[in-house]
Amino acid sequence: MSHTKTTETTTQAARQQPEVDRRPLARQRRNRMLLQAACIVITLFMALPIYLIALSATSSRAALQEFPLSFIPDNFSLETMETFLQSTGILGGLINSVQVGIFTLLLSLIIGVPAGYAVARFAFPGRDPYQLFLLFTRALPIVVLSVPLAQLFLQTGLYDSVIAVVLLHTALALPTTILITSSVFLGVPRDVEEAARIFGCSPVQAFLKVVMPMAIPGIAAASIFTFVMSWNEVLGASILTLNQRTLPAQVLTSLAESPLAYRFAGGFLLVVPALVFIFFMRRYLTNMWGSTIR
Amino acid sequence: MADISIKGLHKTYPGSTELATNNVSLEVAEGEFMVLLGPSGCGKTTLLRMVAGLDFPDEGSISIGGRDVTYLPPQDRNLSMVFQSYAVFPHRKVRTNIGFGLVMKKVPRDEIERKVAWAADLLQLTPYLDRYPAQLSGGQRQRVAVARAIVMDADVLLMDEPLSNLDALLRLDFRAELKKIVQQLGSTTLYVTHDQVEAMSLSDRVAVMKKGQIAQLGHPITVYEEPADRFVGGFIGSPPMNFLEGRVTQQGALEVAGQSTDAPEFLAHTARTGGLPVMVGIRAENIYLEQRGIPGTLDATVEVVEPLGHATLLTVDLGGQTIKVQVASTVRVSSGERVGLRFDQSAIRFFDTETQLGLTA
Repeated sequence: MSHTKTTETTTQAARQQPEVDRRPLARQRRNRMLLQAACIVITLFMALPIYLIALSATSSRAALQEFPLSFIPDNFSLETMETFLQSTGILGGLINSVQVGIFTLLLSLIIGVPAGYAVARFAFPGRDPYQLFLLFTRALPIVVLSVPLAQLFLQTGLYDSVIAVVLLHTALALPTTILITSSVFLGVPRDVEEAARIFGCSPVQAFLKVVMPMAIPGIAAASIFTFVMSWNEVLGASILTLNQRTLPAQVLTSLAESPLAYRFAGGFLLVVPALVFIFFMRRYLTNMWGSTIR
Repeated sequence: MADISIKGLHKTYPGSTELATNNVSLEVAEGEFMVLLGPSGCGKTTLLRMVAGLDFPDEGSISIGGRDVTYLPPQDRNLSMVFQSYAVFPHRKVRTNIGFGLVMKKVPRDEIERKVAWAADLLQLTPYLDRYPAQLSGGQRQRVAVARAIVMDADVLLMDEPLSNLDALLRLDFRAELKKIVQQLGSTTLYVTHDQVEAMSLSDRVAVMKKGQIAQLGHPITVYEEPADRFVGGFIGSPPMNFLEGRVTQQGALEVAGQSTDAPEFLAHTARTGGLPVMVGIRAENIYLEQRGIPGTLDATVEVVEPLGHATLLTVDLGGQTIKVQVASTVRVSSGERVGLRFDQSAIRFFDTETQLGLTA
């Protein structure tokens, strides 16, 4: 009985199949090629200006005037960079900028990570207004804030110091830090935290040993945001400082009346640290344990 | 190892008016495997979480081994737990996952290594000790969670639906394995599940919960054979117990679907006035197929025939009421056939139609 049935199915399978339509396969292949092409175009769009700036900054002054411009660094020279670095206020500005960037990063993480955790985990009264209020700091343009800010810092004696810029940048960075980290903390399952409690952690230990490490990608993303924002921010830094300028503020003041080489060198020096920082933080963005956090 | 004593637990979650647990009291003896069984929302997980210290009760008390733990934080209760979602730490390797609790307890390192090796061996995790959980399958992750719990030598082992995220075949395997391990350890275990098969197969005693209260507490076979009320009978068993509207006549006969059979002694006695309505409960495997017309059988019509391999499940129409009948797979019957049903008299249970509570002699 069962034998006959098996034979029946086999004969059916052996019957002539209709011709296979291979067009979807070709379409899939074409779409993949298009995606690759798009990636290349976008990469070029981003990378080409940076390359050109780097090229100009590391070429001799004379090479800048050549026509057509060479795309290969054949006349490499540090002359331009050296002159730029020796200009007044540049080295100081560089040091100030690094300091401001690092302190802003630390301060915004120290305040922002616990705040993000609180927003993600606890239903405290006034949570929604708090989240809205956070966004308000970014709603007002810095130009509007500049006069009261300058006055405030003059009164408190913080004017024209690294601390002043750090405080301003921290205020600017906190909303993104809190929002990014809170969304990542939301992604950390509550069970895992509870498991930590069961197996001997106090609430603080559970946060430090289990929740924080799982939130590293988000904290890295927030760090990149904060550092790059602080590094690039010009307006607030220009308003709050006079002699203790950050690099972009310093470059900005002298940009209009400086030679082309100076501009390229300044641009290069502004781009590089942010790129280096992103390069190092990038590996924390994609998480480190194989696949997704679950 | 220790016993658990729960007295009068009340719990309402914030923002809800319904009691998650309503005056629940439960004694779990030392070394006992107690299963909390019930549908979702019955309060079984809430009860477990209060024993774990993850939630605090509004009223009542919990003590473990004679020590009051009602409002102690989880880390001070000396218990361990297996979570439904495994809840392994994704940023730690299997080895440090298993040893996590021991490290927190500041156990000497060689002791930790010895215990992790023992647990890994027991749960066949030895080849995976240096992997991250993301590199393991679901079943292996659950093994890690169990290993992490059993190395603790805790007073109490809590399990929150530990098998429900595994696929059917794996669940069957792991269920037996879990029973073996827990028997070896001999630890007091509180196990939450909504799967009555798990409850039956694992437990020493089972507490069936309904709407925040314990509906019946007892040995699994007792709960299966003598459900305390209609809810328990309908919840335990697959297919669930059949319920038929019936009536005890003045003459002491049982009338179901317009046909009468013999009523058991105790019911016939209590047939005070004519026509006492009762709910008749009988399990599918306690109904036998007979030729139609034999005395003592009920006439019925087969509606659906479902061969299951080990048995055949019939859906039968009995005078307008639908019931399930389980017959041997060798029985040849087709839908639409008219048959006679004979109830195993010793397996019939009776319930009050109003209170839904079981009636006994």
